[in-house]
Amino acid sequence: MKKLTSRIDKERLLLGIAAPLLAIVAALVVTTLVILATGKNPGDAFSDMVTYGFASDSQVYILNKATTYYLAGVAVAIGFRMNLFNIGVDGQYRLAAFVAAVLGGALTVPGWIAIPLIVICAMATGALWAAIAGVLKVTRGVSEVISTIMLNSIATAIIAYLLQPGKLGQLDQAGTLVSTKPLPSSSYFFSIDTGPAGVLWGFFVIAVVVGVGYWFVLGRTRFGFDLRTVGQSDTAAAASGVGVKKMVATSMIISGAVAGLIGMPTLLNDSHQFSNDFPAGIGFTGIAIALLGRNSPIGIALGALLWGFLERTTNHLEFQGYDKEILGVIQGVIVLCVVIAYEVVRRYGLKRQQQRVGAELAAQAAAPTKKQEVA
Amino acid sequence: MTATMTDAPPPAAPKAEGAAGKRSGRSLGQILMIVAGALLLVAAVRVITGADQLTSEGQVGAALGLAVPIGLAGLAGLWSERAGVVNIGLEGMMILGTFGAGWVGWQTNPWLGLLCGIGFGVLGGLVHAVATITFGVDHIVSGVAVNLLALGATQYLAKLFFAEGKPAEAGGNPKQSPPVDSLPHVTVPGLSDALQSVQNHHWFLVSDLAGIVGGLITDLSVVTILAVLLFVGSWWLLWRTSFGLRLRSCGENPIAAESLGVNVYQYKYVAVAVSGGLAGLGGAFLALVTSHTYLEGQTGGRGYIGLAAMIFGNWRPGGLAMGAGLFGYSDALQLRNGGTTVHALLLLLVVLLVVLAGWKLYRSAVWQGAISLIVGGLVLAWYLLTDEVPSDFVGATPYVVTLLVLSLSAQRLRMPKADGMRYRKGQGK
Repeated sequence: MKKLTSRIDKERLLLGIAAPLLAIVAALVVTTLVILATGKNPGDAFSDMVTYGFASDSQVYILNKATTYYLAGVAVAIGFRMNLFNIGVDGQYRLAAFVAAVLGGALTVPGWIAIPLIVICAMATGALWAAIAGVLKVTRGVSEVISTIMLNSIATAIIAYLLQPGKLGQLDQAGTLVSTKPLPSSSYFFSIDTGPAGVLWGFFVIAVVVGVGYWFVLGRTRFGFDLRTVGQSDTAAAASGVGVKKMVATSMIISGAVAGLIGMPTLLNDSHQFSNDFPAGIGFTGIAIALLGRNSPIGIALGALLWGFLERTTNHLEFQGYDKEILGVIQGVIVLCVVIAYEVVRRYGLKRQQQRVGAELAAQAAAPTKKQEVA
Repeated sequence: MTATMTDAPPPAAPKAEGAAGKRSGRSLGQILMIVAGALLLVAAVRVITGADQLTSEGQVGAALGLAVPIGLAGLAGLWSERAGVVNIGLEGMMILGTFGAGWVGWQTNPWLGLLCGIGFGVLGGLVHAVATITFGVDHIVSGVAVNLLALGATQYLAKLFFAEGKPAEAGGNPKQSPPVDSLPHVTVPGLSDALQSVQNHHWFLVSDLAGIVGGLITDLSVVTILAVLLFVGSWWLLWRTSFGLRLRSCGENPIAAESLGVNVYQYKYVAVAVSGGLAGLGGAFLALVTSHTYLEGQTGGRGYIGLAAMIFGNWRPGGLAMGAGLFGYSDALQLRNGGTTVHALLLLLVVLLVVLAGWKLYRSAVWQGAISLIVGGLVLAWYLLTDEVPSDFVGATPYVVTLLVLSLSAQRLRMPKADGMRYRKGQGK
């Protein structure tokens, strides 16, 4: 028991909470000012957001949204832990969802075979697409930031080419939407009907599994340790016998594989087909959420929930006479405030630590004999 | 571009080290030779394939118009990265520029719109500067935040300013500003027509030259001319003045710069503010010249592409201009329904790959040579078996080309040494 409490450093905990709190307060202040500037009452807006956001149907919606966002955040965070900036999550998940949807539409086997096949296919596609950037980085030294941006656009082109009537796409009855062949209903992922509150997507479970896996692999295995070492200092990692290039390629591939999962909740639980209105840009949302959650499995979950909450509630603001476009402002301000707050708190913590160590050293120097007796 | 987000702070700027490796500049003669060789090759491909669009005046003119915003974004990136601040927030600063230009432009005149676009870009740059320089936030993280914020703020403001009342009557809506008057265009009188007639003869090389020159001098926007001047000016300022030397020294070795009495923070602030202004101008170009109105999502990732063009150009203005030209050219291909033109370019790619393979084999790099040959063979097969490249792939041309070029040349690129690294005043003591 004593061991447990001693491991939790009160000051570190306090500092850890301080940063996100500081950021949210700053974001609230900025949002308040923005709403005030348009001559409306910010208090009503906030209270509406809170009451509406905690209604049960909103909670189901937020959880569903957060499932997708969480996977995106984790995909990005794997790269971040490694000092890799995988902007390509966006292209990876779209291509993966597309390929998986095509496969799923073509499969006629029972669901318990089809669903794993679809999911594995999506992960493999995402991994393969990310591998291009990873291999280019380690063999040719191409910055992954640029190569993944290019790969995003190439993925868009490939999907646009293949998703046409007569190729892999088909036109719906209204003649406006092109989509892949819908999945047979046996391939739908399980979902939980919560009655009037709506349907909770079963893929939520997979997201939790991914989160636990992420925490375990990074925090509790040799591989995770190596990965974090390379992220902090590749020279130190190389000196301790870690193959840096192999780690870069591997983590890029893992990041891509997780990115492949991002489209799955929507595909298997909601749309059951890949159409040209399949949600896009979630890769970039994932970047913001990974930043917000500081790459920690719990933090990312909170960030994903916050994002879902904001999206749900600002949409409702429209009915109260506010502009729902405030969403982008709030999100941008939060991310900016969070990164600055983390830095400020980190510096403060460092200063405190220096002061404490300095004080301890001074005390030691002042009373050497007494210290020895105690020891 | 090494520093990204981890639990650890971004790596500290390096302590004083030996000077950077030898300068790998090419002489003017060499550059002219390369350009002449490229022209000959393109002319030959045009004659063989009959794809006259390859060097037509319209194609080149359109390419120039599309290259300008990308080039300005790249130049913006160049300023900031030369001072050691990675600026992935260019996209956001361009968005601010489009909004500023549209907002002021429709109410007053396009010139003020242009200024306001630049001003909004500077604001975006200053946000990035405060976060990265004063607070030492990771540069890429801050850039992403700026992009988010800029997008959110412009969407919100557009709804407020364009959706109701007078602006709505004038044609505005939440995603679009009312139209803005156009800025003047310049055509060199007489010469354009003469070149046009030469081009129509489709002579080998002569017509190609006429088409290219004609495209470069016909119906030029004043902002294009301004952009060219800015390119030359930036080169002169950064590489030929003591101000530029100091600014670049902040990007190479801020501690050494500090020890020589350079106010590193101040230089970095100036560089990032200029960077924001240039990106804002790029956005204003899109709003005022390309479409005559602010449109949501108008920038379409050009900030990122500009960054790619800058890396492609090895953090130098000349190379950056070439990269921007390449992107502009391939964008123009898509716009002008260039399925057959891109198809002709496949042949050019085959020739280049074969030459590369020969070179690699001569240098006894067997693997690389073999791969180049195989890819060349595949592209040749593609060329021979089809008549046209699908239009969706035409749009992807610049990205594929960039990936190819970067993967073939990336090892020769050298970014500023302290680029993307955290620097705090007095850390070298």
